[in-house]
Amino acid sequence: MIFRSSRVSAAELERATGWELKPEGLCHGERCVRFAVRSPDAIDLADVAQALGMPLVVEPRAGLRALGPEAGGKALATAVLPDIELPDLEGRMFRLSSFRGQKVLLVAWASW
Amino acid sequence: MWQELRAELYPKLEIVTVALDARGATAARPWIEKAEPQHPSLIDEAHVLDRLGVVNVPTGIWIDESGTIVRPPETAYPRRPSFKDREVPADATPIERERIELTRKLNVDAERYVAALRDWVAKGPSSRYALSPDEVVRRSRPRPVEEATADAHFALGHELHTMGERDLAIEHFREAQRLHPTNWTYRRDAWAIAGPDYATIYGTTWLDDVKREGAENYYPRLEL
Repeated sequence: MIFRSSRVSAAELERATGWELKPEGLCHGERCVRFAVRSPDAIDLADVAQALGMPLVVEPRAGLRALGPEAGGKALATAVLPDIELPDLEGRMFRLSSFRGQKVLLVAWASW
Repeated sequence: MWQELRAELYPKLEIVTVALDARGATAARPWIEKAEPQHPSLIDEAHVLDRLGVVNVPTGIWIDESGTIVRPPETAYPRRPSFKDREVPADATPIERERIELTRKLNVDAERYVAALRDWVAKGPSSRYALSPDEVVRRSRPRPVEEATADAHFALGHELHTMGERDLAIEHFREAQRLHPTNWTYRRDAWAIAGPDYATIYGTTWLDDVKREGAENYYPRLEL
């Protein structure tokens, strides 16, 4: 997840990570992690990284930051498929959740 | 590659292919247009699927009607790939010979994989191949801090590549490869971006890396 600033709004954080700022802390589904914030409009990414156990890598030469996924557990913390959204060749966005009601074989491949 | 199986199993099963290509539609388009798939064919420039534990291709993930994963990422070929039976030509160079012999040793068990898939499509949750949520989580890859950090470096590499910052991108792609040496999608996509000089830029080749990691580890043995 790429960010262009060291601080993000709660809305931007939720859009990028799925973690929502609530009175009880940062929440993802039913899981909440205690998190104190002064302003929901300027949340420090370094604080988020520390609270959620996500590595934060900064590239100062390009003004970019990347937040990695939570470390220390499993790639799949639950068996529920995250709601991933990806484009097709024409740029039309597909949400993987739109295939609910049908069995799906998701196949990762590559041109290389 | 998946059209035939899709024609056989649709609509009980939908197949959704996702191209892990940092160069996006430009790289994937010729393949998709040639295959003329009836199923959705998506593009994943940032390797979002790697976060589910995908480290090589082709990799399949089974998802049931409720959106629950019933088999975590595992090697998925729809049929026996031709490289498993390739003969070494008489005029092959030593490197070509080594490459052909090595690829023949890769673990691919397409017949068993597709038979298991057909079983699940027919029997649903009562198929012995449909795993419980706990078993799916247990079988999914561990994610140590090094691999989570590699994800962030790959994301930076992709973003920098898109911005035209070639040298900076290479630095982050290198770091992703160093931190997660068994993620072949990081390596091979960065090599594809680098082009013919990739071995000079990254100081290694596919053959060198497979030999180092062991051909038997390139695709983990299928545990059905």
